[in-house]
Amino acid sequence: MEKLISKYFIPGKTSFLADYLADGGYKAARTVFEKYQPKDVVDLVKQSNLRGLGGAGFPCGMKWSFVPQNTGRPVYLVVNADEGEPGTFKDKYIMYHTPHLLIEGIIITAYANNVHKAYIYIRGEYVEPYEKLKKAVEEAYAKGFLGKNIFGKGYDLELVIHRGAGAYICGEETGLLESLEGKKGFPRLKPPFPAVVGLFGCPTVINNVETLSYVPFIVNRGAEWFAKLGSDKNGGLRLFSVSGHVKKPGVYELPLGVSLREIIYEHAGGIREDRKLKAVVPGGLSAAIFTADEIDVGMDFDQLRNKGTMAGSGGVIVMDETTCMVKALLATMRFFAHESCGQCSPCREGTGWVHRILERIAKGGGRGKDIETLLDICSFMGGTTICALADGAAMPLRSYPTKFREEFEYHVREGKCDLDLVRHSEREARRIFI
Amino acid sequence: MKADALVAKYETKRASILEVLRLLQEHYGHITLEMEEAVAQYLELPAINVREVMTFYSLFYSEPKAKTRFHVCRTLTCALLGGEEMVKHLQEKLGIKAGQKTADGKFSIETVECLGACEIAPMMQLNDKEYIGPLTKEKIDALIK
Repeated sequence: MEKLISKYFIPGKTSFLADYLADGGYKAARTVFEKYQPKDVVDLVKQSNLRGLGGAGFPCGMKWSFVPQNTGRPVYLVVNADEGEPGTFKDKYIMYHTPHLLIEGIIITAYANNVHKAYIYIRGEYVEPYEKLKKAVEEAYAKGFLGKNIFGKGYDLELVIHRGAGAYICGEETGLLESLEGKKGFPRLKPPFPAVVGLFGCPTVINNVETLSYVPFIVNRGAEWFAKLGSDKNGGLRLFSVSGHVKKPGVYELPLGVSLREIIYEHAGGIREDRKLKAVVPGGLSAAIFTADEIDVGMDFDQLRNKGTMAGSGGVIVMDETTCMVKALLATMRFFAHESCGQCSPCREGTGWVHRILERIAKGGGRGKDIETLLDICSFMGGTTICALADGAAMPLRSYPTKFREEFEYHVREGKCDLDLVRHSEREARRIFI
Repeated sequence: MKADALVAKYETKRASILEVLRLLQEHYGHITLEMEEAVAQYLELPAINVREVMTFYSLFYSEPKAKTRFHVCRTLTCALLGGEEMVKHLQEKLGIKAGQKTADGKFSIETVECLGACEIAPMMQLNDKEYIGPLTKEKIDALIK
């Protein structure tokens, strides 16, 4: 399998300008300035079936075609590098190992959408990736690839790196815009969508780091080639972040549509100590989980949606047979309770309530109707809020007690985990899990 | 002045607030109420707009911070691989709870949510900078010495 982005992922190494140019870097950016009209680039990306790889999976070229031109206002490009979906760490690798690939993708995207000012919003905790990216942006300015009259083609493009300050919700695109404007990261009501009213009230293109990093490959090698790498309507490869109870956690670049079984057993080396698989989060913490017998599924946006979950950010979290599902859900819901911005009542109250119930069950204080209450809270959290955080909390919240009903009931009834015996002896023997 | 250069990068003064606060924090260690008011004046904002940013985001310090800060992740992957044990070990070693600072101001422990490094779980961020993982009790002991 040919590697595209991940060929740059050499431990400890960053491909700065000299290396990147030697590898044919910035050829795609020159090509679009010399051979294409902006609209041609949008069409190319549409034909490539490139999807939004931040989580929503929206067709990238179509998103670009929604941006109104000639409104008399500038169009902005905002790159979402606020990688925060638990289980996801791929954008960090891109910015650390190959920041110029991202910058080249930004230049091409800016040209396609008539953008002259772009922002990269990187999460505040990513200090090293920020430093690599900052150096690369300085190199690109010095070389005339950013700034005035870039590549000598009479086109201006400013690029500003903006650091976040620790809030998951700022990865939601309108929360991100609010944050970039210097406010609390409260998501905005939609419509209007950012394509029409975005940053500083102007039309705005927002894309994820990984999405834009595939754009130079599409320009260099063609839309048809890219589309064929993936599955139906899901073009290309993507970076799967694999973590949890696998032998080889890490980032694996594989075709959209690859089977989950192949990711876990062939690429990530299988389950640690060859234990049995119990459950998998297929697409970041907000995705509904799969049980061990549901992993023969194609990992693309459409196939996973048809299975009642989502491809999301490509974060695969693997849980083996020693995992207590009540405690796994507790760790999950504690996250959402902590990160709910508090703007909408169903999310603010719902996530906190669920967290408290699960904590009580985990500590042995479960009550008769707890499971029903959890499922009931799901039904009022989904689809009732401004942004998708509550939906993202409701998906796992529904799937854990539904798919592991007996285990949850046992925990509520007996006040303890039916794994306690296993867990006790294992704790003596080795470093352990929840 | 450094802050002017930060403001100049953005379309509005207000948009530079995270960068201006970060600059202050890098210099002074933490941000006092007086500093918040000065930032409000500088950016021509009501002081409440600075306060709400200070309290909304987790990376700003309103109190003097410890010299060595352990931010240990507790989200799912880290929890699956022993993150909680690492927090417990730190607490026992330092004699404080998560969220506290030692009396001599040398160490503090915080539990944090996913830092985007699940491939090295269980992990933590040291002093708001370096990522360390996979954590073991031995690694933690070496950091405390």
